[in-house]
Amino acid sequence: MDAESLLLSLELASGSGQGLSPDRRASLLTSLMLVKRDYRYDRVLFWGRILGLVADYYIAQGLSEDQLAPRKTLYRRGRGRKLGNQDPGDVVGSLNCMEWSLLPPATEEMVVQTSVVKGRFMGDPSHEYEHTELQKMSEGEKVFEEEVVVQIKEETRLVSVIDQIDKAVAVIPRGALFKTPFGPIHVNRTFEGLSLSEAKKLSSYFHFREPVELKNKTLLEKADLDPSLDFMDPLEHDIPKGSWSIQMERGNALVVLRSLLWPGLTFFHAPRTKNYGYIYVGTGEKNIDLPFML
Amino acid sequence: MGDPPPDPEPHPQQPSSRRSSQVPQRRSRELSLPQTSISEEVPQTPFDGPAMQSSQGILASQTNLQDWSSGPPLTAQENLAMFPTEEAQLGGVEYPSLNMGFPSELQPQPYLEEGGMQAARNVSLMLQQLQQGQGSLFQQLDSAYLETQPDYLGQFNMYQGEDLQFDQGVPHGPYVRDDPTLQYSPSELGFMPFSAEVPEPEPRELAVQNAKAYLLQTSAGCSLSLYEHLVNLLTKILNQRPEDPLSILESLNRTTQWEWFHPKLDTMRDDPEMEHTYEMAERQKGLFLRSSAGGEGEQEMEEEVAETAVPNIMETAFYFEQAGVGLSSDESFRIFMALKQLVEQQPIHTCRFWGKILGLSRSYLVAEVEFREGEEEGEEEEVEEMMEGGEGLDPHDEEEGEEDEEKVTDVIPKPMWRPPPIVPKEESRSGTNKYLYFVCNEPGRPWTRLPHVTPLQIVQARKIKKFFTGYLDAPIISFPPFPGNEANYLRAQIARISAATHISPLGFYQFSEEEGDEEEEGGSGRDSYEENPDFEGIPVLELVDSMANWVHHTQHILPQGRCTWVNPLQKLEEEEELGEEEEKADEGMEEMEQEVGPPLLTPLSEDAEIMHVSPWTARLSCSLCPQYSVAVVRSNLWPGAYAYASGKKFENIYIGWGHKYSPENFNPPLPAPIQHEYPSSPDVMEMSDPTVEEEQALKAAQEQALAAAEEEEEDEEEDEDEDLDD
Repeated sequence: MDAESLLLSLELASGSGQGLSPDRRASLLTSLMLVKRDYRYDRVLFWGRILGLVADYYIAQGLSEDQLAPRKTLYRRGRGRKLGNQDPGDVVGSLNCMEWSLLPPATEEMVVQTSVVKGRFMGDPSHEYEHTELQKMSEGEKVFEEEVVVQIKEETRLVSVIDQIDKAVAVIPRGALFKTPFGPIHVNRTFEGLSLSEAKKLSSYFHFREPVELKNKTLLEKADLDPSLDFMDPLEHDIPKGSWSIQMERGNALVVLRSLLWPGLTFFHAPRTKNYGYIYVGTGEKNIDLPFML
Repeated sequence: MGDPPPDPEPHPQQPSSRRSSQVPQRRSRELSLPQTSISEEVPQTPFDGPAMQSSQGILASQTNLQDWSSGPPLTAQENLAMFPTEEAQLGGVEYPSLNMGFPSELQPQPYLEEGGMQAARNVSLMLQQLQQGQGSLFQQLDSAYLETQPDYLGQFNMYQGEDLQFDQGVPHGPYVRDDPTLQYSPSELGFMPFSAEVPEPEPRELAVQNAKAYLLQTSAGCSLSLYEHLVNLLTKILNQRPEDPLSILESLNRTTQWEWFHPKLDTMRDDPEMEHTYEMAERQKGLFLRSSAGGEGEQEMEEEVAETAVPNIMETAFYFEQAGVGLSSDESFRIFMALKQLVEQQPIHTCRFWGKILGLSRSYLVAEVEFREGEEEGEEEEVEEMMEGGEGLDPHDEEEGEEDEEKVTDVIPKPMWRPPPIVPKEESRSGTNKYLYFVCNEPGRPWTRLPHVTPLQIVQARKIKKFFTGYLDAPIISFPPFPGNEANYLRAQIARISAATHISPLGFYQFSEEEGDEEEEGGSGRDSYEENPDFEGIPVLELVDSMANWVHHTQHILPQGRCTWVNPLQKLEEEEELGEEEEKADEGMEEMEQEVGPPLLTPLSEDAEIMHVSPWTARLSCSLCPQYSVAVVRSNLWPGAYAYASGKKFENIYIGWGHKYSPENFNPPLPAPIQHEYPSSPDVMEMSDPTVEEEQALKAAQEQALAAAEEEEEDEEEDEDEDLDD
């Protein structure tokens, strides 16, 4: 959600039950403003919160002028608490909550590497997950497998999870961005919101990422598209089908999309107005049981 | 829009200088401006009849013409041709445009005679306007007014923008046009003909007229002409004055077109799309009306203030908001009003907002309720009757089956499988059915009561994981099959969540003083508690530090599906007789062991870990001000379950999808193995079906036998006949 309309957006997204406490809201407003200034972003989005066992991560993203360019991700740890009885010596100190750290961009190897890590996030970016792998080592002519303990840092896992969530379920309504013939993608200032009938259809929402499926469309389908508005993949054909729950809340004045694949992602839009946004508040784990649950 | 311009002095200028100095401007709405090549003759500024106002602006002519690559070259004649029509509209008040900088040798248009329109435009006027970047729309200026001096610019810079639509022009003010002698110095205009002849339209005018006609055309499919559309577009831009309009030009274009075809509806007509929204709003409005039973306002107020079963939702919402959990405050208030409505409708003793369960199409708001003592739940009795009726049918069928069996020669052996004994469900107000639950989809909708939960439903609910759709009567299609529909599944999940995550600070609840019940209940522990009047409250920091300061105040659900253990075998003997054989079979079943669970009021530190991780996470709500913050505990086992405690207050809430967290993937149970067939015994022996050859051989043999029998008969008949004959 846009940092500029943070308060309203949080209010509209509160239907999923998770939000921010007043002190966090206040600190976010100021710190995001400073982030925008320091990093010279065009827009700063508050991406959401990943709940860890000890502490939570607050994630923000900065966008440059071209909306679809790779986004820079920043994170900030919420205050944790002492691990207490379990490990009295390991005090997880509280960081100054106004400081944001930049995360490295996600790479393919990171995603592959962290796909073996399961379970909740700890909340400590320097925490290391240990994973034993069988690696084939070859010495001379012998090829044998050896158990190698691979250490994966939680920060890497955080990066890849955020990237996966973005690629999978970041949503934007149709018409909010438009593409100019020169290439860059701009925010559409004349976007007045979707109408009520459009807002209930999944085809009016797009994935907020580089299009993947567009090329596979038939020519007939492409003829109906408007190249300046329809340049991203719609949610309609997501697999598995039914992985989006679309609801009207507040007596039909707000449409809320919730992802069932990454539970915790909520997208809201007030039809006929400019308000829209998405936020992720969850544990950062994919819901692999989705096919059983539908 | 200002006064009509006074008589400007004529200002002769060289067209060339004008051309060179003209700055590209915004296109005027006068798209019918002729695109005259500058090298050619004087470009004409065509006359836009409807837009003709008090002619303050000056049309951008040449510059636009320069930029404009399309369009036919217009000649002056086109202008001429266009004007008569427009003049007809305006009653001939309007005047044709000025000739812009035509070379002095050109004759001014003959139409000029009508109003003595000035032939020569005031080039410097335009120039200055352009240079000032006024961006005001240029209009047809009465050609009578040549403006050289800057003072007049103000008037000409008039921004006609407010309404540039097809206004019928206000008759222009007292233009002193009619007296050409006042306006033009003879030196310039000496050539101006004031004759009454209508000259032939020059090629340029013709071109202008053609262009405008082309722009005005509409197609069969669309009644909007390009001309009109561009007028609308520029009007919109000038009205709204967005920043950097060039960058959003395409969007504006699209929006303008859309608006033309989707005009705002009449105020008298309803917007069909919004009907549903208005309906919901009406319903919610009903929430806010005070019940007007009796006219004694004050008394009612007092009664209400005294005691109400409805809890203080707003206070709870406030505390949870500190923890970052919960719905928005206006939603909480609506829930509060809805609960109040529920309390008025049903005989409720205590009531609590349990939480919200998200669903695919709709979500559920759940209220936990306790009826007043002695209130019979009529629905429950109906349900029980139906169940008993159902059971009565089964033995009936069995009897019929037995009869059928006797008739058939083959005795089909009875199946060995007996359904497992049904664990009886718990009584109301005890165990899992301690509270009643009401659900509704949105505040304002009616509350529906959920049925009591049976142990079997809880057991099955543990094995499946399904999303809620939002409709209570939706079937649950799963394996193992769930005995019930979504309402039952919802109730089962609510029961599980309540049992696992309802916690309170240590000491808030205590056991009642009676003892000695332990033995009677078979070691299942006490199941009643009461509030501790001496509870002092635990400091928030301690609550956060140690999980031992929190206790469960709901009973743990045993694997059986109940909170108190019941041996189902005992019940069997009381059920309808099944026959001697079956009794023997029962004895062969394993004896059930009594299941024991943790007793009531166990601290959270005793809870089992998930993957070496505590199932609870405790946090201070705000570490910046620890003195005023609340302690918040979050469940890791049931994501979405929260509890807060501060001083003497505490509360639990659940907002989530209604599923348990499991670090492993969900593995549905496999189907049961195929049952063994009956062992071959003398009673039941499996034989293979006869093959085709065997059947044919049999058939042949039968035919032979038949034929032989017929022959014998015939022989006998013949013999008889012979005998008779004899």
